[in-house]
Amino acid sequence: MTVSLSNPLVMMVAKRTALGFLLLIAISVVIFAGTEMLPGDVAQSILGQSATPEALANLRAEMGLNEPAHTRYFNWFGGMLQGDLGTSLSSGSDISEMIASRLSNTLFLAGWSALVAVPLAIFLGMIAVHYRDGFIDKFISMTTLAAISLPEFFIGYLLIMFFAVTWNLFPSTSIIYEGMPFLDQMTAIALPCATLTLVVLAHMMRMTRAAILNVMSSPYVETAELKGLSPFKIIFHHAFPNAISPIITVVVLNMAYLVVGVVVVEIIFVYPGMGQLLVDHVTKRDVPVVQAAGLIFAAIYIFLNMFADIMAIIANPRLRHPK
Amino acid sequence: MLVRVANGAWAGLFGLMSNALEKRSIMLVHLSWGARLGLLGLIVFAGSAIFAPWVAPYGPDEVVGDVWEPISAQFWLGTDQIGRDLLTRLIYGARNTFFVAGAATLLSFFMGSFLGFLAAVRGGIIDQSLSRLNDLMMAIPTLIFALVVLSVLPVNMLTLILVMGVLDSTRVFRLSRAVAVDIAVLDFVEAARLRGEKTLWIIFREILPNALTPLFAEFGLRFAFAVLFLSTLSFLGLGIQPPEADWGSMVKENKDGIVFGIPAALIPAGAIAILTISINLVVDSILSRTTSLKGGRG
Repeated sequence: MTVSLSNPLVMMVAKRTALGFLLLIAISVVIFAGTEMLPGDVAQSILGQSATPEALANLRAEMGLNEPAHTRYFNWFGGMLQGDLGTSLSSGSDISEMIASRLSNTLFLAGWSALVAVPLAIFLGMIAVHYRDGFIDKFISMTTLAAISLPEFFIGYLLIMFFAVTWNLFPSTSIIYEGMPFLDQMTAIALPCATLTLVVLAHMMRMTRAAILNVMSSPYVETAELKGLSPFKIIFHHAFPNAISPIITVVVLNMAYLVVGVVVVEIIFVYPGMGQLLVDHVTKRDVPVVQAAGLIFAAIYIFLNMFADIMAIIANPRLRHPK
Repeated sequence: MLVRVANGAWAGLFGLMSNALEKRSIMLVHLSWGARLGLLGLIVFAGSAIFAPWVAPYGPDEVVGDVWEPISAQFWLGTDQIGRDLLTRLIYGARNTFFVAGAATLLSFFMGSFLGFLAAVRGGIIDQSLSRLNDLMMAIPTLIFALVVLSVLPVNMLTLILVMGVLDSTRVFRLSRAVAVDIAVLDFVEAARLRGEKTLWIIFREILPNALTPLFAEFGLRFAFAVLFLSTLSFLGLGIQPPEADWGSMVKENKDGIVFGIPAALIPAGAIAILTISINLVVDSILSRTTSLKGGRG
């Protein structure tokens, strides 16, 4: 396969990537507008209700709040692109520094959760297909239905109750620091990781099951059955590769959900990540930090969605091998 | 591809349900045991919320016992972090949970389905701009969007309902537009257009009656998500503010007991779980043919 622009695959991937970046810019406008144009005065909220008009005017001038909105937007977004996220209103410290270590902590937690959840979901999905309509399938689908309905904090506190308090196996708060031995890190994130896995597992497993079942009625699966192949071999070698595109889509969508679910899980386990930073600063009404953290979350989410679409394009053999 | 499958599923469901209604089959007879259990759960929760002052054993803010007393004959579910009866708090909290989640879901349906139908009926530039705006809104995770907006807005019930309703209306918009696009090309809509009916007439008299059934099933799901969403916001301390309480803020209030082995926080959390499971059981039995296509949270 030669890479050239005439190749429809390359064209489509390029288009999707461009669309992703366009979307990111549009989202930055929405986030900026959402915090700047809504009623509410940043200067007032910093100084409180008793502030004198002079003090308010001084602070507004100092923060550049008297500039027109679009000027402030370009300053803000331009800074973002260069890695300058501004300074926090509540602590006065540099936001980039505040975020750096927390972002890597969050990605560490989300990454390990994905590493556990994805293979498990696909494996359970295949098991459910193999025993379809039998007891195991019904059991898996009942428990996953329940898991979809459970709030993260119910699962989280239930796990803490049993694994941390009753049996004392894992810590109830996930303290993590730089230079911590790997095994200790794993122990620390075991419970939040399990919570996140349970949250995303159900949906991924159900969709994997549905996608494979969709393919199971195809003629080539019947041929494989008539050849006398073992049922698992049929599912793994014949049905699964042809169901890969919807499975990738749903896996990546759930990864995107994981990035959001991490916010609540971090609060439950007092994990020092982005989610806790975001919630803390929403409570403090520290708008610059909220904007920066919100944009980073949204960017990860958009990137994952873009990745899902591109993988689905690449997984399509007709686009990979054009006539 | 998924969208196309989902559209097909909705069309199938639409036929299925209108068929069931035509036969005038009474719903309860055909309900599975799971769905009956779910209905029972819903009735118990809704009933205790409505009749809270008559059902609850104590007053909602009354300190009646010690801190975190265990379950006993006097306190059926124990007491909370300052000695109030948990069962009473749970019953009164149900009012806030049901009211805010219900109002937000209603708002999202009024907004989402009206705009969705409008986009489908008018087409062209209106459809394009509404749909692209909707895509943009859906590209930001709901919780993150809500947190960003709540950092500048005053946190009270009205704001919560508006924020939750507007954010959720994007999902309703997508569904109702998809359903309405299929209806808008049918002959009777064409006939109404030729008669010279106005857009609003077509939306309310032609499209809406035929789109009600799929929207109704979606309403149940959206309500379950609204309950989870509100509980999550309250749990994070950005939802219902004290002294008022809903189930999510009750979890937040009692969470410090967990590390001492006191399960008080698990009780409101469990109530949220039972409520959403009940709703899902009912909706699932209606949607039994399309369960695998049911979307995730968010």
